[in-house]
Amino acid sequence: MNRLLARSLTGFAVALALPLAAHAHRAWMLPSATVLSGTDPWVTVDAAISNDLFYFEHHAMPVDDVVILTPDGSTLKPENIGKGEYRTTFDVQLKQQGTYKIAAIRGGGMNASYKVGSETKRWRGDAASFAKEVPANATDLKVSQNSSRIEVFATLGKPSTSALALTNTGLELQPVTHPTDLIAGEEARFKLMLDGKPAPDLEVTIIPHGIRYRDQLNEIKVKTGADGAFAVTWPNPGMYYLNASIQDNKASVPNATRRAQYTATLEVLHP
Amino acid sequence: MRTLLPLTLTSLVAGPALAADLTLSVEIPKLTVAEYHRPYVALWIERPGEGVVSNLAVWYELKKKDKEGEKWLKDMRQWWRKTGRDLTMPVDGVSGATKTPGKHEIKFTDGKSPLAKLTPGKYELLVEAAREVGGRELVRIPFEWPAKGPASASAQGATELGAITLNIKP
Repeated sequence: MNRLLARSLTGFAVALALPLAAHAHRAWMLPSATVLSGTDPWVTVDAAISNDLFYFEHHAMPVDDVVILTPDGSTLKPENIGKGEYRTTFDVQLKQQGTYKIAAIRGGGMNASYKVGSETKRWRGDAASFAKEVPANATDLKVSQNSSRIEVFATLGKPSTSALALTNTGLELQPVTHPTDLIAGEEARFKLMLDGKPAPDLEVTIIPHGIRYRDQLNEIKVKTGADGAFAVTWPNPGMYYLNASIQDNKASVPNATRRAQYTATLEVLHP
Repeated sequence: MRTLLPLTLTSLVAGPALAADLTLSVEIPKLTVAEYHRPYVALWIERPGEGVVSNLAVWYELKKKDKEGEKWLKDMRQWWRKTGRDLTMPVDGVSGATKTPGKHEIKFTDGKSPLAKLTPGKYELLVEAAREVGGRELVRIPFEWPAKGPASASAQGATELGAITLNIKP
């Protein structure tokens, strides 16, 4: 496959279906701060697709789907968007006291693999074009529908919870401990909810920043309980990547696998 | 005035209801650095396990235009988390300007704002300092209330704070 074709396919795939597959790169956002004081401070956010945390080394993450939920329920769009090779950057101004949730939400993107005769074909698109573009005589049809939610949080002054409310669609984090009130050495508790219901027995992966400067990944793996709850005691201050994914058959098209993913970057402060 | 007299007698007999004085001495160390900024300092009293009882003083750049000085209040991390983020600054009798290097004495009276009336028990005085292009330090001094006689406790900061002394005069 020539380089140009490979590059355009990568861009196409990135735009439509994040993450791509079980071996996909990690996609995340990184806020400049999560705890703020003063009047109308700004938070600047990096959005990148990159495996190593938190280094920009692969591909910028598009931010067209980023929505910012404010404490009073209104929404904002990213400002001052800068599109680079390895990261997209944008700003958010916090004009209200309370907690903001910055979320990149992708839903409905599909990919399929199938055979026509002896030839294996791959397809990417949405539910609407699926019926039109995948031929009726396709065999060995494997279809998956991907939804992903990537979140970061920022609080000006006293933390609030209105922006943290669930939408009850896909895999979401329900905080028990407030996500901007995290301290090294203290235990934090959260719940993972799928379509508004607890996601039990789900493996959650938590990785501290700074992979480049150590040999071990130092990932923390924990499973959710029957109520979707899990706990983590932060070993050190810093930024942490948190990820969980689930697969079931609750896609919006029949005979398809649904893959739902949740990612958050959380900041843990020194006591 | 016959009814007043018995009341006055009763309060005299009760004794310990008289307000005590708390005098704090806070030393801001003199530092030889290329770019020196006076630190932000917060002083407050906690009841261990129960939270903040009183904010005694917060020294920050309160005179800056458009309240710009408030941007760095969060750097006094423990103070911010325990009480600062719940306050609307400036707070009368608590907020003050940053102080120069040296020893600064401040006096409080039990039951007189900003020091709440302290019920008997164990307390802690906390002093947290954060300096621009510098570090941050937290000093704790436990004390008991009420003091049976004049009491004194002190602690020594290592980097951003010097000697902190607490004197109680019942």
